[in-house]
This record gives sequence, structure tokens and C-alpha cells, in this order.
Amino acid sequence: MAATAPPLRSRPQTAARATSEPLPVKVLLTGTATGFLVLFLLVPLAAVFQQAFEKGAAAYFAALREPMALSALKLTLLTAGVAVPLNLLFGVAAAWAIAKFDFPGKNALITLIDLPFGVSPVISGMVFILLFGRQGVLGPWAEALGLKVVFAVPGLILATVFVTFPFVARELIPLMQAEGTEEEEAARLLGASGGQMFWRITLPNIKWGLLYGVILCNARAMGEFGAVSVVSGHIRGKTNTLPLHVEILYNEYNFQAAFAVASLLAFLALVTLVAKAAVEWRSEEANVH
Amino acid sequence: MPLRKAHSVLPGFGLAMGFTLLYLSLVVLIPLSTLFWKSASLGPAGFWQAVTSPRVVASYKLTFGASLVAAAINGAFGLVVAWVLVRYRFRGRRLMDALVDFPFALPTAVAGIALTTLYAPNGWLGAPLAKLGIKAAFTPLGITLALTFIGLPFVVRTLQPVLESLDPEVEEAAASLGASRLQTVFRVVLPALVPAWITGFALAFARALGEYGSVVFIAGNMPMKTEITSLLIITKLEQYDYAGATAIAAVTLVASFLLLLAINRLQSWSARLGSAE
Repeated sequence: MAATAPPLRSRPQTAARATSEPLPVKVLLTGTATGFLVLFLLVPLAAVFQQAFEKGAAAYFAALREPMALSALKLTLLTAGVAVPLNLLFGVAAAWAIAKFDFPGKNALITLIDLPFGVSPVISGMVFILLFGRQGVLGPWAEALGLKVVFAVPGLILATVFVTFPFVARELIPLMQAEGTEEEEAARLLGASGGQMFWRITLPNIKWGLLYGVILCNARAMGEFGAVSVVSGHIRGKTNTLPLHVEILYNEYNFQAAFAVASLLAFLALVTLVAKAAVEWRSEEANVH
Repeated sequence: MPLRKAHSVLPGFGLAMGFTLLYLSLVVLIPLSTLFWKSASLGPAGFWQAVTSPRVVASYKLTFGASLVAAAINGAFGLVVAWVLVRYRFRGRRLMDALVDFPFALPTAVAGIALTTLYAPNGWLGAPLAKLGIKAAFTPLGITLALTFIGLPFVVRTLQPVLESLDPEVEEAAASLGASRLQTVFRVVLPALVPAWITGFALAFARALGEYGSVVFIAGNMPMKTEITSLLIITKLEQYDYAGATAIAAVTLVASFLLLLAINRLQSWSARLGSAE
């Protein structure tokens, strides 16, 4: 009788083995994945903070309180403060038109909206030099108006708007397409005004996607380097954002100060990841209920 | 003209569409079109000369090669990371999942100086490599490492949803028909992942081709040896050779659009595969 016992016990084991890997393989794969991520993500992150504090906390805070660092911080906040709301407004408008209405050429429009993601940052900055530079198409016109765009703050803002252009729109378009139009149609048929419909139906439905897009858009706007580097002209205290300030300090071999400012941006990146994870978690919750 | 607009009770199509087209034209289309307008001013012969000079060709080869290797590394390790994140439950999994997006969130200049310091001959990782006789910083190897860093999320993030949506019954069926686990993985699971896998690879590759911030610090920037195309464009701009810079930019732009187009095709292919099952 004892001989019949083992098959009974081994059955669930074979089932588990059939749709999953043996334990040593699991450990090996998990170890490989962890090792790869630690080597490529955590070690660089640790290096930023180690270098930033290499000369102690006093030197660290001195590098952050320095007037050039503060003006770079202000300029970074200003560019993001203009670029994010503009692209948010655009994202909502574009998603409304694309997701709620049918028209020919819709796919082409979506592709065009994604264009800035396919353009190298260097080229993104360069097009504004070609447009507004001294030899540029609109350069003489801008000069006649006394408007300095390239190597000045407006150029930085334009380049930032360009590189962060698709973020909100590409989050909202698929989301609003999935929502459909029934709820809004019902609101309208029941007599809601356009504004009421938008604030009470559309916005609550898309708020997590909207927030998600804004978080990503803001992170890129504050951290953009290539595009703003081309248009800035690197004028200290005038056209330096935080990432550009990091570059200048680094190229002057002032490594500790460069990493101190860089640690601020790394911290921003970590906050972005946490906010992103929180929004993902909340929107999953909202979908479950 | 809008087909459904006539019977739609929803308001705001004209306003939303008008604003979308205006903003798109002002911010994206008009600026980008100046690129082609400017590079056309060179004439065909001048254009050809500008985009095929030896220094430019050397930069294409370096950028293309390093991007390809970096995307391949991400293709291999990204599959493992995605697999582990979707299939296994272990401590720290959510943290690991959130961390994958770190290269998206970290400003490229910060990544650039951090990697350069790490892989410099006296750095944490550069020193052990130097003992082995390997120079990482300021060589094509360093460029590849930086491009691996910035391309890391793409393969993982394109594979994850596909892996999650795979029906476990298919694997059970394969197993119950007598397939070993290896056979099931290689003949049943991995083939279903191929379109998403290629898409992730292509996205990482496309991103690497245009990358600037994370590479410029670690590259060394020696003409003909460690000078990437993005940097060459900036060098030409700083020398006021606008036409030369735009010609090279136009070439890279067309290349990345072709890649983007191929990626879109791939994605619709993978969507069709998904819906057919």
C-alpha cells in the first residue's frame, strides 16, 4: 500500500514544475536581475551622493547656497513652471479632440504629436538656433523687436517646451479613448453645460493619468540637458539651469560642487519615482473599486 | 471633415482641434521644418560632402555600433529583469520595479558625471577594470555603458505587460502534452514575446542614437575615435557651421524617423498577435 502514496504527493509538485522554473534557476535569474540593476542603477546613484558629501556637509550646503546655484535653481523652476502648464493644456485639448471625435488623419496627428520623442535633444535645441539665431529665419525680425531668444531665457523655455511636448498628451489619449464618450454624452443629454461636463465627468475620470503625465513632464523639464545646452550659451547666472550648472562645475574640475548640485537633481528623480509609483498604485485602486 | 461631429452632442471639437493644430505647428512642425530648409541651402553636392566626410562617418559608426551593443545588452538583461518582476514574488520586488524607471527620471547630465566618476581609472568600478587592463572611461566601452544605462527601462517596460497578459493555460497545456519546462519556455513563451522584445530593443536603440547628456562626459570626445554624432553637431554649431550641422542633423533625424516608423509597425503587429490569441 505504501507504494501508492508517492504519486499522490508528487502530483502537485510536477504541476508546479511544469509552469515554473526549479528553485536554483529562479535564484539564478533573480540574482542576475538584481545584480544588473544594482550595478547599473544603484551604484551610480550611490556615487552621486558619496561624491557630493566627500568634503563634508558644510561644503555640500555651501555649494547649494552659492548665488550661481540659486539662480540656476530659479531658472529651472521658471522653465518647468512655463513648460508644464502649457503642455498640460495642450495635452488635454489634443486628447479631447482625438479621443472623443472621429476625423480623418487621426493616426497621422498622433504620430506628429510623438515626433519630439524621436528627435535627439541636440537637434531639438538646434532648431531654435536655426529659427531665432542671428542667421536664423526669424532672427532679424526678433532682433528688430529687441527680443533675445537664443542664448537667453525664452530660448531655454522654448527648447524645454519642445522636448516635453508629448508627455501629457500621450498619457491622456489612450486613457480617454478607453473611457469612451457615453458618460459625457449622458451628461450633455441631461442638460449639463460643456464646463459642467468637463469638470464633473471628464476631469475626475482622467485625473490620475493627468497627474502621471504632469509628473513625467516635470521631471524631464527640470532635468533636460542636451536641448537647453545648445540654446543657452552658458551664461553664468543668466542662462544656466541646474543641469547646465552641473556641467560647468564639472568641467571646471569642481567635482564636489558639481555632485552636490547633481544630488539635488538625483533627489528630484527619486521623488519623481515615488510620486509615479504612488499614482500608479492609486489609479489601480480606483480601477478595482 | 469630422465624420461624427455632425451627430456628436459633445462640445469643443473645433476649439480643441484648432488649439492642438496651432500649438503643434508653432512648437514642433515649424521649428523642425527649418532644419530641412536650412540643410537644403547647401545644395546636393555640398550636402553629400557634409554628411560623408571621414570625421562624420567615423562618428556614425561609433554611435551606431555603441547603440547597437547597448541595446543588445538591454535586450538580454531586460528580458531577465522583466521575467523576474512578472513571474517571481520576492522581497523588494516593488522597489526593484519602481527603480527600473530611474534612468528616465534622472537628468542625463547627472547620469553622465556619475558614470564618468565610477568608470574613471581611479573610480569604484574603473579601478578594478584598470587592473584587468580594461579602460572604460573615455573609450567606446564607456560610451556603451552610458547608453546601456539610459536604454535600460525600454526593454523591461515593453516586455512586462505582454508577459503579464500571457495566458498560463497555454503553458499548462504545453506541460501536460509532455513538454519539458525548457521546451515550454523556448517554444511557447519566448516566441510570444518576440514582437514586444524587438520593439523594446528598437526603442532602446533609437534613444541611444540621439543621446547626448549621459555620453558626452564619459566619451572623451576625440575626433575620429570617441566623438559621437550628437557632439559633432554641437561642435559644428559652435564653429558657426550651421549648414554642416543641419545636414548631419537631417541625416540622423531621417534615420530615427524610419526607426520610429518601424517601431509603430512592430507595435501594431504585436497588438494583432495579442488579439488573435
